Amino acid sequence: MITVRVQKGDFDAGAEAEALAHGRTDVGAVVSFVGLCRDEGGRLAVLELEHYAGMAEEEIARAAREAEARWPLLGVTVIHRYGRIAPGERIVLAAVAAEHRGAAFAAAEMLMDYLKTRAPFWKRAISRDGGVEGWIEAKGEDDRSAARWGAAD
Amino acid sequence: MSAMTETRMKALYFAWVRERVGKAEEELNLPSTVTTVGDLIAWLSKRGGGYAYAFEKPSAVRAALDRVHARSDARIAGAREVAFFPPMTGG
Repeated sequence: MITVRVQKGDFDAGAEAEALAHGRTDVGAVVSFVGLCRDEGGRLAVLELEHYAGMAEEEIARAAREAEARWPLLGVTVIHRYGRIAPGERIVLAAVAAEHRGAAFAAAEMLMDYLKTRAPFWKRAISRDGGVEGWIEAKGEDDRSAARWGAAD
Repeated sequence: MSAMTETRMKALYFAWVRERVGKAEEELNLPSTVTTVGDLIAWLSKRGGGYAYAFEKPSAVRAALDRVHARSDARIAGAREVAFFPPMTGG
């Protein structure tokens, strides 16, 4: 089962991971990745995440379906926040349940690589002194990570 | 003739593309000569000002047709919504 949520508010990462295996006995592995907002050495005051409502959910769901087609998964939950997010706060969750850990680890990693390069979100950094540092540029290493899975542009 | 075959399409702009264009969305009336995403970028650039600035480096801008990623050679026929944005930085 695929659950995708794009929301402004925080989420309970532990409860989401727990829910993937709750009440079932066939799940042998749950891998849960949480992406957090870091303060970049104390310089960052807050991140502003802009997103393309509608496409964001659809693109994440497409990535989840690709993961399901590639590995024998028993559940996928992806939550991505938008709006203002302060250092230390959660930004994204990718949680995967499978019978064995190999599929769960690989699928969670693929989901994050796809999210970084294909999900329509844009981060803008606002510095501590009140000045706007501007839009964060996409990293080539993220494209290379996504290319490992055969992600096409 | 071209005026009779105009296509109406909603355009959305995000992040610095939105800031440079100066608006988040608008309705476009496209002449029939605009058939691909690349044509559309060139057509918008010719409007000058913020559009020329936003699309000064076409390879730096990504596009989506009806909420699906589209390359510059993708045909726009039938699409109701086009979006332009920088490379994504989510996750």
